[in-house]
Amino acid sequence: MIFSAADFTAILLTLRLATTVTLVLIVIGTPIAWWLVRTRSWLKGPVGALVALPLVLPPTVLGFYLLVAMGPNGPVGQLTQSLGLGTLPFTYWGLVVGSVFYSLPFVVQPLQNAFEAIGDRPLEVAATLRAGPLDRFFTVVLPMARSGYLTATVLGFAHTVGEFGVVLMIGGNIPGVTRVVSVQIFDHVEALDYAQAHWLAGAMLLFSFIVLLLVYGVQGQARTPGMRFGS
Amino acid sequence: MNKPVTAAIQAQFSHAFAIGQHRTFSLDVELSLPAKGITAIFGESGSGKTTLLRCIAGLEKVQQGSCTVRGDVWQSTETFVPTHRRPLAYVFQEASLFPHLTAFGNLRYAMKRSDSTVSEQDFDRIVALMGIARLDNQYPDQLSGGERQRVAIARALLIKPRLLLMDEPLASLDAMRKREIMPYLEKLHDELELPILYVTHSLDEVARLADYLVVLEQGRILAQGSLSDVLGSIDLPLPLGEENGIVVDASVVERDLAWHLVRAQFAGGELWVKDSGDAIGQHIRIRILARDVSLALESHDDTSILNRLPSEVVEIQDDSDEAMALIRLAVGSTTIIARVSRRSVDKLQLGPGSKVWAQIKSVAILR
Repeated sequence: MIFSAADFTAILLTLRLATTVTLVLIVIGTPIAWWLVRTRSWLKGPVGALVALPLVLPPTVLGFYLLVAMGPNGPVGQLTQSLGLGTLPFTYWGLVVGSVFYSLPFVVQPLQNAFEAIGDRPLEVAATLRAGPLDRFFTVVLPMARSGYLTATVLGFAHTVGEFGVVLMIGGNIPGVTRVVSVQIFDHVEALDYAQAHWLAGAMLLFSFIVLLLVYGVQGQARTPGMRFGS
Repeated sequence: MNKPVTAAIQAQFSHAFAIGQHRTFSLDVELSLPAKGITAIFGESGSGKTTLLRCIAGLEKVQQGSCTVRGDVWQSTETFVPTHRRPLAYVFQEASLFPHLTAFGNLRYAMKRSDSTVSEQDFDRIVALMGIARLDNQYPDQLSGGERQRVAIARALLIKPRLLLMDEPLASLDAMRKREIMPYLEKLHDELELPILYVTHSLDEVARLADYLVVLEQGRILAQGSLSDVLGSIDLPLPLGEENGIVVDASVVERDLAWHLVRAQFAGGELWVKDSGDAIGQHIRIRILARDVSLALESHDDTSILNRLPSEVVEIQDDSDEAMALIRLAVGSTTIIARVSRRSVDKLQLGPGSKVWAQIKSVAILR
C-alpha cells in the first residue's frame, strides 16, 4: 500500500474541504463578481482590491487576522459564541471560513472576466424580450458564462487543496479535522519520512498539473466559434 | 409641424448625454406618430436616431421625458416602466441572437415570454413569413448575416409586440444580403397591423418602406410628416442632392404586353412603367427623383420620354447647387419635385401658378 491510513484520512479531508469551499465560493463569488462588473460606485476599487488581497498577502498574515477575529475575544468569535456555536479556530468549519477568504480571488476573477465578456447587449436583448432581471441572469448570463464558471470551480477547488499557511494558523494539525494533505506532507518531512512525502507530493503535483491542463483546455475552447461570447 | 390625426405614439425627450469625458450630445425631440405602418427615423450617423429609439424602449433612462404608446404610459414625470414590462420588440443593428441557443431556441425564448399566448400556428406563420423554417436547430454562428437578422426579426414578432422598433436592421449587411431581406421587410409592412419605428440613414430604405418620416439632425427634429409630405417639401434643409425626389403610391391598371409596360394610376395622374410582373390591381410604390424630371411649356410628342404629366408650379427654391433650382409641382393632388437649372427657370419664365408639362425621364418601382 502506497498511502498510509493517516494519508487517506488527510486526502479525504482535503477533498471534502475543497468541495465545501468551492460550493460556498461559487454562491458568494457570483454576486460579488456581478456587482464588481455592473457597479459604478466608488467602492468598486476598494472592494476589488480587498477580494484580490489573498493573491499577494502571505497566508500567515491572513491566517493570523482570521485567528484573532474568530478567537474567543475577536468580534467573530463573540458572535459565534453568543449563537452557541463555540469558536471556529481549530475546527473544520473554521478551516472552511479561512479557505473561503483565501481562495476568493481565484473564483471571483474568472467570473468577473466572464461577465465582462458578455457585455450589455445580450441583457438588453433579453429585456426587450420581456425577461426580468433574475430571468436574464439565469437564462442569459449563466449559460453564456459557463466556461468562466468551469474555470472558477477548478481554480477555487485546486487552490483550496494547495493551501498550507492559513491551515496551519487557524486549523492547526488535528488528524481527521484539520490535517489536510499539505500539512500531512509537512509532517512526513518533519519525521524524515521522505518516501511517504514523495508519494503524497507526487500525487499533488500530478493533480495540479491535470487541473491546469483542464483550465487551459477550456479557455482554448472558449475561443472557438461554438463558445464565442457576445456575437 | 404636421401632426397626424390619430397620434398613437407620443414621445418627448430632452437630455444631454455624456460622450466620453468632455463632449456631450443633446437630444431634444417631440414626436407624434401614427399607430399604423412604418415610421422611418432618418438622419446621418450621430444625429441621435438610435438614442431616440433606445429612449422609447427604455434602454436609456432619461430624466426629462415622456412616452405614451397606444394608450399605455411608458414614461412620465412619475413613472418609468422598465424595458421588460413594455410591450415592445426591438431589432438591433447587428445580429443579437443568443449564441447559446439555436435559431428556434431563440424564437422559443421570445414565445415563452410573450404577454399574449402565441399559438403553434402563429409560430409557423412567422417562421414562414421570414423564410427560416430550415434553420431550426442551427446555432447563430452557423448562419449567414442575413439569416441571423431574419431570425432576429422573427423573434421580435413572436413576442407579439404593440410596437416594433428596428434599429438599422440592414446596416450591418452587404448589398446582396440587403436585397435578400428587403422583401421580408416589405411583407411585414403589408401583412401586419403593427406600428414600426424604423431607424435608417438610407434614403433608399425610407423610400421603399416608410409611410411616415421623421428627419433628425444633431438631436433635433427637422421635419416629421407623411412620407410624401416630407419628401415633397423642397425647403427641407436636407442635403439630399442627387437623391432628392418623391414617392407615389399607385396601382396597376393596365398591362401592355407588346411593349412590356404597365399603366400605374396614382392620385392625380398615371404613369407608364416597366412591367415587373405585378398583377392588375396590385399596389406599387414608384420613386421619382427630382433630377429625372424636366419641364416643358408645351406637350411634345416627338420625344423619347414616355411620361408627360400636366402640372402646375407651386414653389421654386434654390438648390444647394448654385446652378440648380428645385421646383415643387402639383400633379392633381400629388406633389412631385423637379430639379432644373436656374437658367431654364428664367428662360421659361417659371413662377408659382405656371402651367407646365413635367417630363419624367425614368422612374423606379420600389415594390
